[in-house]
Amino acid sequence: MSTRVMLDGNGAASEGLRLAKVRVISAYPITPQSPISEKLADFVVQGKLDAKYIRVESEHSAMCCAIGAQLTGVRAGTATSSVGLALMHEVLGVAAGCRVPIVMPVVNRSLVSPWSLWCDHQDAMAERDGGWMQLYAESAQEVLDLILIAYRTAEDARVQLPAMVCLDGFFLSHMSDAVYVPDQATVDAYLPPYVCHNFHLDPGDPVFINNLTPTVDYTEMRYQQAVAFRQAPEVLMEAMADFKKVFGRDYSMIEAYQCDDAEAVIVTLGSMSGTAKYTVDQLRAQGKKVGVLKITSYRPFPAGQIKQALAKVAVVGVMDRSPGYGAQVAPVATEVRAVLGGKPVQGFIAGLGGRDISPATFTKAFEKLLSQEITADVDWVDVKENALTIREVK
Amino acid sequence: MLTIKSESRGLIAHGVSACAGCGLELAARIILDVLGSNTVIVIPPGCAALFSGYGKETVTKIPGFQGNLESTAAYAAGIKAGFEVQGRGDIQVLGLAGDGATVDIGLQALSGALERGDKILYICYDNEAYMNTGIQGSGSTPLNAWTTTTPGGKSVYRKDMIGIVAAHKIPYAATASVGYVDDFKKKVEKAKAATAEGPAYIHVHAPCPTGWGSKPEHTIEVAKLAVQSLCWPLYEIVNGVNYKITVPVAKPKPVSEYLKLQKRFSGVDAKQVEAMQTAVELDYARLTKK
Repeated sequence: MSTRVMLDGNGAASEGLRLAKVRVISAYPITPQSPISEKLADFVVQGKLDAKYIRVESEHSAMCCAIGAQLTGVRAGTATSSVGLALMHEVLGVAAGCRVPIVMPVVNRSLVSPWSLWCDHQDAMAERDGGWMQLYAESAQEVLDLILIAYRTAEDARVQLPAMVCLDGFFLSHMSDAVYVPDQATVDAYLPPYVCHNFHLDPGDPVFINNLTPTVDYTEMRYQQAVAFRQAPEVLMEAMADFKKVFGRDYSMIEAYQCDDAEAVIVTLGSMSGTAKYTVDQLRAQGKKVGVLKITSYRPFPAGQIKQALAKVAVVGVMDRSPGYGAQVAPVATEVRAVLGGKPVQGFIAGLGGRDISPATFTKAFEKLLSQEITADVDWVDVKENALTIREVK
Repeated sequence: MLTIKSESRGLIAHGVSACAGCGLELAARIILDVLGSNTVIVIPPGCAALFSGYGKETVTKIPGFQGNLESTAAYAAGIKAGFEVQGRGDIQVLGLAGDGATVDIGLQALSGALERGDKILYICYDNEAYMNTGIQGSGSTPLNAWTTTTPGGKSVYRKDMIGIVAAHKIPYAATASVGYVDDFKKKVEKAKAATAEGPAYIHVHAPCPTGWGSKPEHTIEVAKLAVQSLCWPLYEIVNGVNYKITVPVAKPKPVSEYLKLQKRFSGVDAKQVEAMQTAVELDYARLTKK
């Protein structure tokens, strides 16, 4: 049984953590994540969630508290965004290296400078190699569902990796949508209580965690993390298949939309995928053979699946919501290019600092691809013509 | 691999790789003797990380976690919360961090935990500089002391850490010294009991022969002289308001006597010693009036 209610992305994230029965919450507010911190506090006070709420003094401490709590054998929850995620950076590595399978909603927001409160993916991309899985949601429903799927995957003995469930700031976090909220008994059947398979803190079974590790072991312990990532796709797909059986909603590491006969496809992440699909429908109505490939699981990166999905597509573009300074193209495009080995891949950058990636932006990008106008340089497709004179200091 | 021929007494193994005469080693043994085995310890990088161990070996017989330099209190708070929600709130959670990890970079996380009333015990071992990284000055380095980053002598006073802690009005806070073991033990016992209500904090003075240029065999003498010269008064504070000197010093020895056992003050002139003398006397007078 599930109830259909109006929820924004933050509300869906809070419901996901509530249904996962997190026992310790350490939270610090940051725009646009703050409603998650508030809602979880409310759940605890109202008795809707049997947890201890720790009102920490920073995101750094939020992650440390969550790690500490989870090492005692309970699910711990927190959420963050932007500079808060950046402040956590140091200890995100501790969660990953100590194999603490925390699941954390990350409300995607730009990094400074300049200051911005609004969406792009610079925050999560800066953490992409830190040992956390990263799932990107397209809708509020996906936020809730991916949190449950992420827990199932993260806590599996074959994986034991922390996971971020990324949702676009304001576009998802603050936009209301009709969301199916499952009942607790069904979630309990899908997501059993947390069992710690590895490092744990217990005076009855003492072990010292995270001490200085010599060269003879360090590489091997890092390799263990790499093996976990190698095993994660299978576990993630199992979790998604079971999810479909229990809840009826279909998830996969990538979603190909109108790609079968497409001449040009744009690869997307997160909420822009909906706009991309809408644009594809519009262009298809005009007889243009275009498609969208949405990546749901950015870490682990589904290279084989992407290669297969794009095998017959002549021209591929990637819409990155982060700039990838100094690189050939931005982060997602870099990896798609590596997967497709030699096939032209046009890198696009758009939607920074909360700028909407509109159907017009996608149309412009598709037209460029269809006309085979591939450029070696990344295309800042939505940049204004007077870009270099904006706030110029003379 | 070493063959262990005799079981160590207490919860810390023998053969710890601390420097000869290390004040911290003595403090750590005393602390765990009092707390017992139903304890989880959090240690950041620093001298105490020697007790975390190296590779597959550890020095402690209790479970522990080596955290990050700035977040000992936050890890401890999370661990305590994890036990509490499982009905295991009787497990003592101890943060053991040096002065750098407490007075400087760790102050924010500690202040957060103290303000929230997290039921943890936090003990700062104060060797008055970043000793594990090679004697760099910290917020706890005293006036005029030489360190590698205060090569001309520290030009400012140390932070009043215990005053900062007391301002949080926690159930129990105290200073201690490895030179006064009975006093220290009593304080650890009181602190342990106080964590039933909220946070407890002990700031233990732990001389460092390596960093201070004192003789290893003089550690206890140096520690005692710090107390007797009023450079390190021993007191406790209940609920942030009730101050009590636990080792009264009726006839204080001159500061110069404490300084002369250490090389780090060798560049200090008579005028500076006089200023230090005045400062400690004023501090002690203020303290005894509280």
